[in-house]
Amino acid sequence: MDFTVALAQIKPKLGCLDDNLALIEAAIEKGIAGGAQLVVFPELALTGYFLKDLVPEVAIRLDAPQIARLKILSRRISIAVGLVEVSADYRFFNTALYLEEGEIRHLHRKVYLPTYGLFDEQRYLARGERFRAFDTRFGRVGMLICEDMWHLSAPYILAMDGATTLICLSSSPGRGISEAEGLGSAAAWQRLTSTTAMFLNCRVFYCNRVGYEDGINFWGGSEAIAPSGEVSARGMLLEEDFVLARVDEGALRRERIFSPMMRDENLAVTVKELKRIDRERGV
Amino acid sequence: MGALTVNTALLRRILVGFVRDEVTKVGVKKGVLGLSGGIDSALVAFIAAEALGPENVHAYTMPYRTSNPESEAHAKLVADALGINYRVLEITPMVDAYFALVPDADNMRRGNKMARERMTILYDNSAAVGGLVLGTSNKTELLLGYGTLHGDMASALNPIGDIYKSQVWELSEAFGVPREVIDKKPSADLWAGQTDEQELGFSYRDADELLYRMVDQRMSRDELIAAGFAPAFIDNVHQKVQGSHFKRRLPVIAKVSNRTIDRDFRYARDWGK
Repeated sequence: MDFTVALAQIKPKLGCLDDNLALIEAAIEKGIAGGAQLVVFPELALTGYFLKDLVPEVAIRLDAPQIARLKILSRRISIAVGLVEVSADYRFFNTALYLEEGEIRHLHRKVYLPTYGLFDEQRYLARGERFRAFDTRFGRVGMLICEDMWHLSAPYILAMDGATTLICLSSSPGRGISEAEGLGSAAAWQRLTSTTAMFLNCRVFYCNRVGYEDGINFWGGSEAIAPSGEVSARGMLLEEDFVLARVDEGALRRERIFSPMMRDENLAVTVKELKRIDRERGV
Repeated sequence: MGALTVNTALLRRILVGFVRDEVTKVGVKKGVLGLSGGIDSALVAFIAAEALGPENVHAYTMPYRTSNPESEAHAKLVADALGINYRVLEITPMVDAYFALVPDADNMRRGNKMARERMTILYDNSAAVGGLVLGTSNKTELLLGYGTLHGDMASALNPIGDIYKSQVWELSEAFGVPREVIDKKPSADLWAGQTDEQELGFSYRDADELLYRMVDQRMSRDELIAAGFAPAFIDNVHQKVQGSHFKRRLPVIAKVSNRTIDRDFRYARDWGK
């Protein structure tokens, strides 16, 4: 179906759940008013990013009142949102929820927790163990959280699992100033989102936050990308923004006719070779 | 070479946004800084004026009796160009009162004392006007340790601490910092005729080209030599970086508990902001 997606390029406050929930609810209302059927938020939209020892303090269970409120709102608009989830056995996950028609339709726990350069997620968070596509009213969808997308296998698995839409929730720090027009990190992401869409004949909705935490900026630039790799809408750099993008079902259909790489993708060869590599590494 | 050239429009947006965001999220509107007459503090004044509005920037020039009068004139030029709040507070009485007690102190001790005297004045004024002290140390100085710990290195926020001196020059051009300030030789102005580059023994441009490759690009010593840097220069700069590392860290705490500040008690400074 044709639909409108909203990318809520917000500026969460570090560790302030109430303030951030208010921001999220306001953006949801804005999305509904703007005629969107789906609203996407950044990674850790409910909590802020550089949480460190705050992780256990801002973590919520899936039956938390904040999620109950989002469930109610999801009767009016589908929602993809990031938060810290605490499991019953007290592991803390960087989690993305997809809420639709009053329920949690899917939960993705970030698999690739970066711990290099300015990142230190694996110190504070538990690792997710799976990539699974899921059915929505917009067709089959896969969710990724930021660093997940830098691992080629992650969007590949989701696309092989039938996803035709990839949603990536991000808190990407801006860095790499040079002579170039954009920041190094922004340019790298723009290449990645476009190339991923093109390789997998999928649409990509990328939502990145803005604001500063301890001097580190988040660069925004949220994007809706067509399955051809063309950018159909892009948010402002470094500023709060609310991007509305019209999504054309026909563009997906046509791209899958013109460039049927996913149809031709040979799962058997891939699995066979990966199994061989795994076997040989084990020796 | 010239690997240090930057997109100044983008850099300006990030640094102005940084000052605006990090100052206002604390619940204040004002920035306080020492305006020496040199380019680093001039640039920070320009960034702050754009971020907070000139009426919310409070700049202080704090000359000692041996300071070059040209420094104060240049500081005033910057303050006038921006329309920021400006005041001259002479530190001679306080500094001389102390050195009357310890007359044998050498130039380095005297210079450090002056830098720390200025720091106390900035922090006092930050309380008086209700603002944050803005740092004016650039990445080159911070890496070389060419600054006074708890003196000019002290601040609440430093917008230029991740840009090299060469980039300070470049960005200052883009901001329209007065020509006289951009063109003059960098000086700590501790005694007449002193220049940074004379004291360091190399130029900032050369140091920046080396530091960029050594620190940002993590090139090995062999790669740096192959890139044309003299081994003695590489070793000298490396030694300065390593030898001054303590200045870039918080005081070391003896660990005895299970949760020691900054070791395993870790929160962002923007906690709850």
